[in-house]
Amino acid sequence: MVPLWMYLVVSAAVFCIGVYGVLARRNAVAILMSVELMLNAVNINLLAFWRYVAPQNMAGQAFAAFVFVVAAAEAAVGLAIVIAVYRNRRSVIVEDVNLLRG
Amino acid sequence: MPQVCDNIISTLAPCLTQSGMNPDVAQFISILLGVVLVASFPLLLVIFLIWVERKIAARVQDRLGPNRVGPFGLFQNIADAVKLIIKEDITPAGADRLIYNLAPIVAMLSVILIWAVVPFTPYNIGADLDIGVLYFVAISSIGTLAIMMAGWSSNNKYALLGAFRVVAQLVSYEVPMVLALLVPVMLASSMSMQDIAFAQLGMWFIVLTPVSAFIFYVSNLAETGRAPFDLIEAESELVAGYNIEYSGMKFGLFMANEFMHAFTANLLFAVLFMGAWAGPGATSLPILGFIYLMIKTAIVYIPSLILRATVPRVRIDQMMAFNWKFLVPVSIVNVIVMAFVLKLVQVLGLAPSPENASDFLANIPQAAALLLGNVVVIAAAMALIRGSVRKERLSEAAKLAQRVQVEGDKEALPATVAQH
Amino acid sequence: MLELNVSTLVFFIFAVLSIGGALGVVISRNLIHGALFLIVSLFGGAGLFVLLAAPFMAAVQVLVYIGAIAILIIFAVMLTRSMTNIREIFNRQWWISAVAAVILLAVLVVGVVLPIWGPNGTQSEMVLSETTATVQDLGVALVDGNQYVLPFEVASLLLTAAMVGAIVIARDNE
Repeated sequence: MVPLWMYLVVSAAVFCIGVYGVLARRNAVAILMSVELMLNAVNINLLAFWRYVAPQNMAGQAFAAFVFVVAAAEAAVGLAIVIAVYRNRRSVIVEDVNLLRG
Repeated sequence: MPQVCDNIISTLAPCLTQSGMNPDVAQFISILLGVVLVASFPLLLVIFLIWVERKIAARVQDRLGPNRVGPFGLFQNIADAVKLIIKEDITPAGADRLIYNLAPIVAMLSVILIWAVVPFTPYNIGADLDIGVLYFVAISSIGTLAIMMAGWSSNNKYALLGAFRVVAQLVSYEVPMVLALLVPVMLASSMSMQDIAFAQLGMWFIVLTPVSAFIFYVSNLAETGRAPFDLIEAESELVAGYNIEYSGMKFGLFMANEFMHAFTANLLFAVLFMGAWAGPGATSLPILGFIYLMIKTAIVYIPSLILRATVPRVRIDQMMAFNWKFLVPVSIVNVIVMAFVLKLVQVLGLAPSPENASDFLANIPQAAALLLGNVVVIAAAMALIRGSVRKERLSEAAKLAQRVQVEGDKEALPATVAQH
Repeated sequence: MLELNVSTLVFFIFAVLSIGGALGVVISRNLIHGALFLIVSLFGGAGLFVLLAAPFMAAVQVLVYIGAIAILIIFAVMLTRSMTNIREIFNRQWWISAVAAVILLAVLVVGVVLPIWGPNGTQSEMVLSETTATVQDLGVALVDGNQYVLPFEVASLLLTAAMVGAIVIARDNE
């Protein structure tokens, strides 16, 4: 069996790649995808700890399930906002959307 | 060697190990053989399925169908496959090569992987997963992805438009399908396909819950792109849909995939609602169970072929309205009613005890109660459909009457409208 | 320390898929390629879940992420299509972001993971129990009054709110 720290390293790597994507990309859809990567890294972490630390306790899996719910809700609302912004401003570049009104 | 058949995977490995092979290697070989066996069966079957489909469609249309190659034209499709393989393989300019070539494979995968959880006999199943039903739903959602990949990578606007329409259809009809699947899972109190098969030894689920069986059947027709929901490749409206740019064997893979998907969907209907391998002698002679399963699948598959040859295609707005305004509400109400009745049955003690769960007579009280719940759901659904159809008819009549007043077009007035 | 057997090999395959797909998401110019890389990464994640004895989560991952979210993202990319082939994909602070991400990774791995759970860490000896909770346990836990029924209901409320909100935001003002 693979030791726990390997799962944690994989999860940390995916999370940091997601952080880089959120900070460096200009396209709103790409930023949303990077956020999904970060949420997925969180899930790997949760399930790895669940398996290695408390496999009889359902907390790890239950929290992972709630992360799925949050990810789905985030994707739906986030993409709806992207499409609404695109309709108004003809752009999905986050730097072009810098006004609170208009 | 007297070896009990547990499942496909564990029959061969002990024999190989006893003859002096490394246990890991033996395990690997036996798993590989199991996978190859389960995966190649549908691929071979599809050649026969296309023949059946063409013969039946021909009979409906008063033709003979394929009859030149081999007895009854049985080898026609082998000839067709050879033709497809030796055809020129064209990749359109500007296409995304990798995705374009990957799409048919992913499409194929999304159907073949389903076969891993089909219980062929009481002892033979590729992998008896705890989450068999969920696995089926998850794998079939990959098919949507394949169509999206094909439509986008072809660099053709008709392909892209076709893919959009298909994805809208597939994603929408997944909702009632999953809701309909919840009922067999509740009845068997397990998501494992084999457990669901065993739970139906006493009474088939199609008797206990005909409403969800109907919803599953209809949404399967839409998921597999069968008439009257065959908007996936509506030749007369779209040019050919998402696979317009594909040629040669890549197109052949998409086509074979469509036939295989239709059969697989009906196979799952037989597993989930008609007791899978259940039948006289199936537990003592496993091969009988397999034959029963195939017969049951044919019983639901052939009507869908006749349906395909007889009914016209629906419009896309009609199809969406039918899904969201009829199938989804009915399936949600059905799940709630079923859960309620099932709990009531257990509280009142009508449910068969675990010892005689496979006894037909012991299942009758529970079946009667569940059927009553279904009748209520059907009555409510009928009232719903009656109201909406009536409203639509009235609005159409009003529109027509207005046109008659404006244009004086008395000829356009059918007899039914004149009554209003 | 690490014996090379089937489960280790499978772990490395899925880990490479997961990380490689993630890299593909952030560096690919074409957003559709990015979405497909996202699917590869999430598929790798699903494989890791299977190795962690959570097949339910793996199936949900394929169903929710690949079957729904990824398709949604591809739709969104195509609906905002004129922007798919812009030249400059990174903003001006891309190198600061890269440094920040690498530092974060270093801090997480060297500072937290390895000292505690690493080969010579304080809690390196994890005794893996053979029995794990099953899907039935998860189902019971999610609707048990003493466990997670309240978060479960809140989650369903959140989904409903998100659905209504998404429709209201995205539809035309007509």
